[in-house]
Amino acid sequence: MATTTSGTAKVTTPADNQILITREFNAPKHLVWKAYTTPELVKRWWSGGNGTVTVADIDLRVGGKWRYVIGGDYEVAFRGEYREIDAPNRLVNTEIFEGAPDPDDHAGLITVTLTEKDGRTYMEMLCEYRDRADRDAVLQSGMESGLQKSMDDLEKVAVSLGDRG
Amino acid sequence: MARAATTADAFNAVAEPRRRQILDLLRQGERPVNDLVELLGLAQPQVSKHLRVLREVDLVRVRDEGRQRMYRLNAGPLKPLHDWLSKYEESWNKRFDLMDDVLEELRETEEDDGNDD
Repeated sequence: MATTTSGTAKVTTPADNQILITREFNAPKHLVWKAYTTPELVKRWWSGGNGTVTVADIDLRVGGKWRYVIGGDYEVAFRGEYREIDAPNRLVNTEIFEGAPDPDDHAGLITVTLTEKDGRTYMEMLCEYRDRADRDAVLQSGMESGLQKSMDDLEKVAVSLGDRG
Repeated sequence: MARAATTADAFNAVAEPRRRQILDLLRQGERPVNDLVELLGLAQPQVSKHLRVLREVDLVRVRDEGRQRMYRLNAGPLKPLHDWLSKYEESWNKRFDLMDDVLEELRETEEDDGNDD
């Protein structure tokens, strides 16, 4: 069955320390919750096709920790702690990018809310950071990973050209 | 160097909701300052202050037409922010598109389970 939700995520910046991501899913919310909080399932989508999720640890209880790692040519790791859990409606957790200098000082707070209507789920993911600089660093990381990927691709092309020569 | 909180760059300037509102209004076309005062429901000095900040970062440009000052949008300085946002959005689209596949499977599994009853 053709999906009608592909490519429909919307990103806005409601305040200068915030990012809001919204997306509708063609599934009831208990399934979206399951896909979002089950390690084997997170491994299938969280990399977005850039590398492989090698670690998806989820200890889903208040105060419990999570950690996701994308492996590949370069490794990207995030971790955090669950603050509020109201399955399958609302999840609040911290998010720390391990690659940042003094990562614990730059934790973000992520609030995911799921609302169901007619069997479809509307997701709101509000990401709040300490200040605008942290927020912008997160936004720019998208540029960097994209750039990183194209650099990697470029390297592969260069290597293959070298092989031929 | 000291850095003024609201005027340092275009990104700072648009962090303020009223200024975003002004840019939204100007997106529809050039407007005299009186229009903006009326549409925003703010006092003229406040609107002028916001416009000054926006002018300093070159997000709005102004020209005199008779006795009126006409303001128009210049979106160029926002392009880097727009680029960040669209790249970031793209990375989440890739994730959620893969999540769609997972959800599709979960739905099918659930339906099969239902048929077993």
